[in-house]
Amino acid sequence: MQTITLHSFDGGIHPQENKHQSTQTAIAQLPLPTQLIIPISQHIGAPADVTVSVGDSVLKGQQIAKPKGFISAAIHAPTSGKVVAIEKRELPHSSGLEGICIILDTDGKDQWLEEINNGSLAINEYLEADNELLINRIRDCGITGMGGAGFPTAVKMAVQNRTIDTLIINGAECEPYITSDDMLMRERALETLRGVQILLKLTSAKSCLIGIEDNKPEAIQAMEDALHKIHREHHIAVVKIPTKYPSGGEKQLIKILTGKEVPSAGIPADIGIVCQNVGTCEAVYHAVAEGKPLISRITTITGESIEQPQNVEVLIGTPVKDLLGYAGFKQEKSLFQKLLGSKSKTESKPRIIMGGPMMGFTLSSDELPILKSSNCILAPSQKELPANDIASACIRCGLCTEACPAELLPQQLYWFSKAGELDKAEQHNIADCIECGACSYVCPSQIPLVQYYRHTKGAIKDERAAQQKSDRSKIRFEARQARLDREAAEKEAKRQARAAAAEKAQAAKKAAAAEALSKQTTESAEGVDENTSTDAPAETKNPEPVDLEKLQKQLDAAQAGLKKSMDKVAELKASASEDGVENAPIENLDVFEKAVATRRDKVKLLALQIAEAKKLAPPVKKEVSREDIEKKLRAQKDRLAKTKERVDLAKEQGLDSLPALQKGLDKQMQKLKELEEELAQFDKAGA
Amino acid sequence: MSSNFVNITSPHAHGGNSTSRIMLLVILATVPGIIALTYFFGWGNLINIALASITAIICEALILTIRKRPISFFLKDNSALLTAVLLGIALPPFAPWWVTVVAVSFSMVFAKHLYGGLGNNPFNPAMVGYALVLISFPVQMTTSWASPFFLHLGTIGAEQTLSFTESLQVIFSGTTSLSDAFSGATPLDTYKHLAKNETANEILQGPLFSGSENNWFAGGWEFVNIAFLVGGLALLALRIFTWHIPFSVLAALGTCSMIFGWDADLYVPWSLHIFTGATMLGAFFIATDPVTASTTPLGKIIYGAGIGILIFVIRTWGAYPDAVAFAVLLMNFAAPLIDTYTQPRTYGHDKANRGLPTKPDASDKEG
Repeated sequence: MQTITLHSFDGGIHPQENKHQSTQTAIAQLPLPTQLIIPISQHIGAPADVTVSVGDSVLKGQQIAKPKGFISAAIHAPTSGKVVAIEKRELPHSSGLEGICIILDTDGKDQWLEEINNGSLAINEYLEADNELLINRIRDCGITGMGGAGFPTAVKMAVQNRTIDTLIINGAECEPYITSDDMLMRERALETLRGVQILLKLTSAKSCLIGIEDNKPEAIQAMEDALHKIHREHHIAVVKIPTKYPSGGEKQLIKILTGKEVPSAGIPADIGIVCQNVGTCEAVYHAVAEGKPLISRITTITGESIEQPQNVEVLIGTPVKDLLGYAGFKQEKSLFQKLLGSKSKTESKPRIIMGGPMMGFTLSSDELPILKSSNCILAPSQKELPANDIASACIRCGLCTEACPAELLPQQLYWFSKAGELDKAEQHNIADCIECGACSYVCPSQIPLVQYYRHTKGAIKDERAAQQKSDRSKIRFEARQARLDREAAEKEAKRQARAAAAEKAQAAKKAAAAEALSKQTTESAEGVDENTSTDAPAETKNPEPVDLEKLQKQLDAAQAGLKKSMDKVAELKASASEDGVENAPIENLDVFEKAVATRRDKVKLLALQIAEAKKLAPPVKKEVSREDIEKKLRAQKDRLAKTKERVDLAKEQGLDSLPALQKGLDKQMQKLKELEEELAQFDKAGA
Repeated sequence: MSSNFVNITSPHAHGGNSTSRIMLLVILATVPGIIALTYFFGWGNLINIALASITAIICEALILTIRKRPISFFLKDNSALLTAVLLGIALPPFAPWWVTVVAVSFSMVFAKHLYGGLGNNPFNPAMVGYALVLISFPVQMTTSWASPFFLHLGTIGAEQTLSFTESLQVIFSGTTSLSDAFSGATPLDTYKHLAKNETANEILQGPLFSGSENNWFAGGWEFVNIAFLVGGLALLALRIFTWHIPFSVLAALGTCSMIFGWDADLYVPWSLHIFTGATMLGAFFIATDPVTASTTPLGKIIYGAGIGILIFVIRTWGAYPDAVAFAVLLMNFAAPLIDTYTQPRTYGHDKANRGLPTKPDASDKEG
């Protein structure tokens, strides 16, 4: 064994290991279950795309879902059978959410896919093979991390632009009760090491360190023996590390073996390290050397409620109750519990944990399936892992700070979480919490600390999303305000320009008028007066009549053109309906219809312009003839007579409308007088 | 849809530690010190401890009833008992019963429960109670100290200290009628006053100091302090608290007194500072109160050093004979600020995020 300097990480705890119960027998093979429930999302990344349909028969190792996108993994049928349903089922996850699962009824034949069976997929000289070929094989076989997180291995191995100098293989298995990696290393050390060789080749790392805790002497020995058999490899070393929870955490193991720390919010590849679980290595070997996809794994079934705790090789998708049935699940009698006097109400039901006692989550039913990442099913008794007492107050003793492997201040994080001070929690690096549970383990007040941190992490994420949304809205709003302001400013500028120009023209006009006043007659004077009373039209008065005429001519021409086009269209339509042929005339029809539309628009535009011009132009003084005035005079006299009658009637009858009528009468008399004056003036002018 | 299996989140294993166990261990660690006190100074301390404990439990039960909390759940965490024991040790042995009662009830009600109970108080409750009675009843607090038994040898004869019943009488009679033969000032007080006129050697020849083997220690008190030191080290070994606070209190106090006490004729020498008065009690049992102390490792050192320095300053230039209570209370004020600026570095970061969280503002974007 190579001796390298071991470092250590701050904190950590030493819980009771409880591993001896499940290492008494060799790995057993679980008998074939009747039905398998295979979720399409068992890995980090996008769920796989289903490639089979209900009713299809599949063979063992056949792909039933393909990877979707770069970070995804394929799913294969763990045994031969028939797909009976593809539907949403509850997933074995702490959220209890549902996900699409492929339900497979097994046929008992356990028949492999032909190309795997005849060995045609085997890559024999895998250490000389092309890296891309190997990675594609790993991807096609759906290999994901088997340590618990389930990251697609092909993605992790595609290191591309990063140089990796150390490959770390995680055989630590620090959580109590779990022994699946231990048994794997004891019984299948050679395959595991061959898998390690493949990974070493893919990363071109300079050295490989296999970290195994010192509570697994048999495993260490087995791996050492197997290493001797592979005499080619000088770069692989088995390293014994002290037993401490959580030294199996990726970040902690890297620190122990290399002394380097993975940067916060970064990945180990950033510091030239790649970390893989021993189970993943074995799966990689089988995929490359035999073409076998990942369809089964070794799972520990243990706890005081299990009659025969052991390690079992299970097919992916096996319902947990098959495993419990095989190993024997003894439920405690509730009467016995009552005699014992359980402390809390929640403890009346049994508990099934998927994972270990520190980081595992409880399952709500035993129908849930085993996934690629399920390394343990733990069924404890009430006495073995009692539920926490009611939490008392935090006395700030600091035991949690001493235990934290991420060198955080869990106590402060707890106070900030309780108070809802998310900014302070973020500043105290709550994002670096690996949720290992060491702090809750040591807390004398039995405070469920990890629950607070999970909640706060979620709250911070929510708040950030809301903040981003409001930032985007703010940017949009400000842009809109700016646009409105800009448009208003432009309008204002135009108005100012027009006003200035108008003033200038006005001044020029005044000068011209003053000149003309001495020469011209009363009419011109009146014309000038009228002109000065209005601002805008003054400048356009002189060119106005010319434009108006021109516009009118244009309008007539346009209207004529429009009429022509409309007639043509009508003609074409008529001929088409006669012939009954739809094809040839249609093209021309399009053209003419377009012409109609353009000409109509032109007519409209001209009409609008004319209306504008007329509005601006002052009312043309019509030549008034003497007859017109006389006619008006006569009409007014008639009206006056009529009104006089009405007034007299009103006076007689004493009607209320009298004052109004009187007023009307007065107005009419005024008008009459004006007309008579006009007539007189006309005569005077004429004469 | 109810399930047949219980749903609890991780972790499922617990180490078995409990708050009541921690408090009980701390109380047990004071036993050597209490034995030494009783041996040298009589029954006063024991009676006070008993009285304080009863008062504390009654007060806490009353206030929990007013707060509508379950009484047994909160009483069984032993925190009231611990405060009472510490006060019983700290108060003068012959202090009238009402001094003890006032101190304990004030600390329970005002210094602990009005802030929300255990864990929520910013100031050390025992020290709040002590400071209150020290300022409110200065006569009783300065004249009720007992003198060590060896001073009575030869003067009264067989009687070395007051008997149990006589002690009870003194305490419960409510008067400060303790005869001069049994009361005495503390060694620190004595040295400080005598230093104005006498040299170190002359002082150390005095009756209070000559009772010990080595004249540099004060009779009786050094054993009491050593007993508390033993108890404190036991707690350290049991990992009830970390070494940071006691070590820095003693180091700071020792350093200050060594610097100044070089001239033993003018200043109290370091041996007296460390081994008399409530130094060891303060360093291991009072300053380490986790609720009110700083929480970060570097912060604890600063906090402890601050206490040590303040103890020296108040003892040397202040009007009070013993300064542990005030020093601790003053540093309690500073603890949150110290915490904010002494955050440790987290795994994966280059340096620690110290200080208050900064809000991102417009200037950041432009910069």
